[in-house]
Amino acid sequence: MSQTVLPDPANAFRQRSRSAVDDAAQRQNFRSAMDYLQTKRRAQFPDAQELDGLRDLGAVIRRYSLAHLPRLLEQLEKNLTANGIQVHWAENAAEANAIALAIARRVEARRIVKGKSMVSEEIGFNHAMADAGIEALESDMGEYIVQLAGETPSHIIMPAIHKTKQAIASLFVEKIPGVEYTEDVDALIRIGRQVLRRKFAAADIGLSGVNFAVAETGTLCLVENEGNGRMCTTVPRVHIAVTGIEKVVEKLEHVPPLFSLLTRSATGQAVTTYLNLISHPRQPGEKDGPEEVHLILIDNGRSQAYADEQLRATLQCIRCGACMNHCPVYARIGGHAYGTTYPGPIGAIVSPHMLGLDATYPLAFASTLCHACVEVCPVRIPITDLLIRLRNEAQARPGTSAAPLRGSGAARTALVSAIWGAWALVYSRLGLYRLTSWFMSRGRALSPIDQGAWTRSRTPLTPAPRRLRDLLKDGQE
Amino acid sequence: MSARERILERLRAAPSLPVAAPDVAGWFAARRRHEELAQRIARLRNGLGSYHAEVHDTTEAGWPELLMQIAAAKQLRTLLIGSDTRHGAALEARCSDALQLVRYDRAIESWREQMFDAVDASLTLARSAIAETGSLILWPDADEPRLMSLVPPVHFVLLDAATIHEDFHSAMVAEKWGAGLPTNVLLISGPSKTADIQQTLAYGAHGPRELIVLLRHAQGDTA
Repeated sequence: MSQTVLPDPANAFRQRSRSAVDDAAQRQNFRSAMDYLQTKRRAQFPDAQELDGLRDLGAVIRRYSLAHLPRLLEQLEKNLTANGIQVHWAENAAEANAIALAIARRVEARRIVKGKSMVSEEIGFNHAMADAGIEALESDMGEYIVQLAGETPSHIIMPAIHKTKQAIASLFVEKIPGVEYTEDVDALIRIGRQVLRRKFAAADIGLSGVNFAVAETGTLCLVENEGNGRMCTTVPRVHIAVTGIEKVVEKLEHVPPLFSLLTRSATGQAVTTYLNLISHPRQPGEKDGPEEVHLILIDNGRSQAYADEQLRATLQCIRCGACMNHCPVYARIGGHAYGTTYPGPIGAIVSPHMLGLDATYPLAFASTLCHACVEVCPVRIPITDLLIRLRNEAQARPGTSAAPLRGSGAARTALVSAIWGAWALVYSRLGLYRLTSWFMSRGRALSPIDQGAWTRSRTPLTPAPRRLRDLLKDGQE
Repeated sequence: MSARERILERLRAAPSLPVAAPDVAGWFAARRRHEELAQRIARLRNGLGSYHAEVHDTTEAGWPELLMQIAAAKQLRTLLIGSDTRHGAALEARCSDALQLVRYDRAIESWREQMFDAVDASLTLARSAIAETGSLILWPDADEPRLMSLVPPVHFVLLDAATIHEDFHSAMVAEKWGAGLPTNVLLISGPSKTADIQQTLAYGAHGPRELIVLLRHAQGDTA
């Protein structure tokens, strides 16, 4: 596999993490936000047995959906089409944006208003539209704030989690004409509401993501609290929904358990303010709603994960963010340090399929494997197993894997390979092992004092003065 | 080959990992409480109350009066009603000059500015509700379009107590949603809200700031 020349991703990740942990105010923000979200989630699941059963059910629904993915995608397409919703397929980000752009050009759109959609972030939708001279405005309050600041989301559910209300107040004063400084959150939200209401009314296209796509009825399900998703999918004359191919479920009755798991795991809400089920464009006689509805189904590396029995579990994800809310690494370095659209544990396991393991392998190592993400995942993705698998793939010898991942083997270095080669040699030959351990224990005084990251906060590792086999021999005598 | 064919071909080429179909109905059946109406009403009221919605008990005869009292107390001047509904007509028959009723009788394109700027409140009927999560179920249609429950800052919802289901699953099964859905179906649980600024909850993010449920009891219901 050809290796594209990248800036050393491990070093880049280390630098971003370092500057993130050096920012005390931001760390405080993340810490308090994570505590808040963890507490709220816990309160939603007082009955451990119910939680376990519901997670089992959620996992089976997602695994069943994936097991039948090609059939369900065809069924979804057939039923959506019969309902009057136009379905498009995109291999990658560029194709998805090209499809959206073709629609925008055909309807002569100048302004697009967006509901919250991580897939649209994944494909760089806003930039692609800006390049074509079309304004794509975020309307979720958090996304709007992040876009005003020229930043990207730091959390998949709470995009502006890294910003204080003081920072947002200053941002509004700077960017919105006629706004006076206020730290009152109600007042800040009212300002956003006023600005965005004008935008909804003036937009030509509304863009949204999809939480669940139901094959049996041809229905797109959107979960939200603010109502901006409903605005985007109801006010403009064209609605474009973008989603990954993995979001399909077979039956409508598969939605209630997943919806319950999603809202309770994500923000600790029993239910969100709105669940919006869209099955048709505006019908004759109806007085509002878009005249055209489009769904763009995007692969962008998902079929690579799908091809592997173990890695397929990555696609069970319903994007609740509980894994990052409970991740000790995410809580300390925040979302931006990951450098990918999806941060945290889910980002570490899904990004390699979208961007290549060569660009993203450091994320698989940015985990203590503490298992907190596995314990909270509502659909039981074995995240730590997948992290270990990706670590192995990153070190894989070229040509040893039947279905290689894009960018596998990228973390391999001659030094590390030589060390582990020597280790394997020593541990597989008894005489050599005894000889080596004898030398190690006798030569322990030669152990280096500086052992890199290990000795930054720990005492150096040195071999024991006597080997285990020597101690055992003593005991037997 | 098109993107569609290439994607489907890759997915079909992947190993097949059989998974037994999920027993969703069994899960909900095992947890069903078989509640009396009074208990369902109580749970719905609790849920909606916890989301900052107001719930007022009323009757078939009394609700228009109640709505006008609440509208007066909140100093609402204009209220959007559906184009051709029984409850809209009932309200019109009893409405005083203090509350101006606006009918949603033409496509949004011809009066978008007015809808966004000059309507204080709206009234729609709920199709049913969900006790477990405190959710209202709305099926907007040609007479009561989708934006009625979204754009005006105050949203009144008329709900018949007898239509309250225990949980989401039993609602969709009892109402046979699987057979096909209308253009839009909504679950609404409280007024629009956000916690995007420092996890501080604020109401009226983009949709209504207030959700007011007029819970209409039939003769003999317990409140």
